[in-house]
Amino acid sequence: MNIHEYQAKELLAAQGIPVPMGEVATTPEEAEAIARRLGGAVVVKAQVHTGGRGKAGGVKLANTPEEAREKAQAILGLVIKDLPVEKVLIAPAEDIATEAYVGIIMDRASKAPVWMVSSAGGIDIEEVAHTNPEKITKLAVDTRYGFLPHQAYMLATKLYTDVKQQRAAAKILEQLYKAFVEAGASLAEINPLITTPSGEVKAIDAKFNIDDNELFRRPEIEALRDDASEDPAEVQAREANLTFIKLDGDVGCVVNGAGLAMATMDLVKYYGGEPANFLDIGGSSNPEKVVNALKIITSDQNVKAILFNIFGGITRTDDVANGIVTATKQIDIKVPIVIRLTGTNEEIAVKILAEAGFTAMTDMDEAVKKAVALAKGEAQ
Amino acid sequence: MSIFIDQSTKLIVQGITGRDGSFHAKQMMEYGTQVVAGVTPGKGGQTFEGSVPIFNTVQEAMDATGANSSVIYVPPAFAADAMFEAADAGVSFIVCITEGVPVLDMTRVYPYVKEKGARLLGANCPGLLSAGKSKVGIIPGHITQPGPVGLVSKSGTLTYEVVYKLKGAGIGTTTCVGIGGDPVSGTSFIDCLAAFEADPETKAIVMLGEIGGTDEQEAAAYIKAHVTKPVVGFIAGQTAPPGRRMGHAGAIISGSAGTAEEKIQAFNDNGIAVAVRPLDVVALIQERL
Repeated sequence: MNIHEYQAKELLAAQGIPVPMGEVATTPEEAEAIARRLGGAVVVKAQVHTGGRGKAGGVKLANTPEEAREKAQAILGLVIKDLPVEKVLIAPAEDIATEAYVGIIMDRASKAPVWMVSSAGGIDIEEVAHTNPEKITKLAVDTRYGFLPHQAYMLATKLYTDVKQQRAAAKILEQLYKAFVEAGASLAEINPLITTPSGEVKAIDAKFNIDDNELFRRPEIEALRDDASEDPAEVQAREANLTFIKLDGDVGCVVNGAGLAMATMDLVKYYGGEPANFLDIGGSSNPEKVVNALKIITSDQNVKAILFNIFGGITRTDDVANGIVTATKQIDIKVPIVIRLTGTNEEIAVKILAEAGFTAMTDMDEAVKKAVALAKGEAQ
Repeated sequence: MSIFIDQSTKLIVQGITGRDGSFHAKQMMEYGTQVVAGVTPGKGGQTFEGSVPIFNTVQEAMDATGANSSVIYVPPAFAADAMFEAADAGVSFIVCITEGVPVLDMTRVYPYVKEKGARLLGANCPGLLSAGKSKVGIIPGHITQPGPVGLVSKSGTLTYEVVYKLKGAGIGTTTCVGIGGDPVSGTSFIDCLAAFEADPETKAIVMLGEIGGTDEQEAAAYIKAHVTKPVVGFIAGQTAPPGRRMGHAGAIISGSAGTAEEKIQAFNDNGIAVAVRPLDVVALIQERL
């Protein structure tokens, strides 16, 4: 799960990290009022779940409250990487002497969270990692013992030479680690971590990604979820316990298992079609899940054919068959459905479908070819 | 032969009285797996299916039965502790089926289990099956038969698809291992490749990967350096958009890293035959046996 910059900053502030907060506005008028309250120059920043906001014109400096209103008006109308900007953060503009990067990210290779810090901040850290890896210091944390004070101090010495700034940075790193663990994050970064001309160390921008598997035990983090910033069909799918990602094609796919779901999309493309979605109905299926899956897929007007690809293991194919029959009674499905079922309780499933007038196929490739042809309006 | 499990595997089922645990315990027993004990706290002294003794703790189960492996079917909130408990009790092979285990938990479990000298498979995996000998986990028993192919995969149902197609062509397997698609998990492609290389009955290897991370690239380099047996590879997610988690927590393309193209390139560069479709695995294996 992604959270907004202003929410990430709240997580930092809760740990005591110095971070100029600002306030969130949803209208240009609110933006002006906030800027007036803050006094002085402000930065108007789009709150969307994507990087590259600056390049897309989603971050602007405003010297006066009136200017803040104008900039907010422009940014609130933007669509950045398909995401409409619904909120802007109005933050006080800071005088910056230096910019650094500090971040902690769950690293698959180390099987541990790994710190990355660099005195070359305010930039794309992936770019630096690629072009100047020597400018980044990395450190893996053994989560059984936690992030130790001497480790924090060592990293801080890579950022600053001034002793006071080193101590301030070490404290911020320890606080950021605490925020990372308490949020159940897979990534927590401050970029940039600045020094002011008077020598203070402050966080200016923050980003957190949350491990979805943590949400069951962190209701306060789940509460940060912003449904408005996601595709409505994806929100609906999540509420129905389905994993769904919308794509641009016209062959709707309902599959059990993530790997097979991806392989099915690939096969649709291989046979000349375009998948409309990724949808994993998961392991222990029940008919209700299938009904929800069909509702979500048929709400996409682009879908011209629906393909079921089910390999029953824990998933019982008769459950899926019952779901298809129930769904077609509840929803008026105007596009053809191709069903491929094999595995657990296959004979029962085929019988259920036959009684409702459906033919089930057993071969994945044949089923995909048929669905692609039907989506193109070719007779089968 | 086979890898990790065979007829001599004596298995404990942690969470044997739960919905998934009881269903799959029965399935494993039907397949021929020696299920010697179950563990459910508070239900010690009862029996499962009239024959399998249930204990309150893994330690009691170990002491009473001399088991060497365990399989875990408990909810995500309890999975980490179940893995710690198995390692503490001296279980040498631990399979965790549970889906949705927080990654932070896995970063604590993994080094702990390793220091205890045990092997962990998963979490969030379908387990493994040594054809005709033993199965631990949830892979359906009927979809494969004994034969010369070793298979390792990040995905459950995609594994079923491929071994089922191999069976249709009369080709069986030594062991099928599902390592799972989580970012931090116990057993890697490389662990399985090394085991298949050492197994005299395995004549060829199938490796099913997916987008995200660099496991497949590292495995490809390992194969070039250490594996003499032919390997056929497949990568799922060629049409996946970047930045989106495709079901498995690990299946996400970040920046330009972890794409299917990059992985297929690594396969090509290291002498691994690449199946474009799951179906193509069959012909590529036939050519190499």
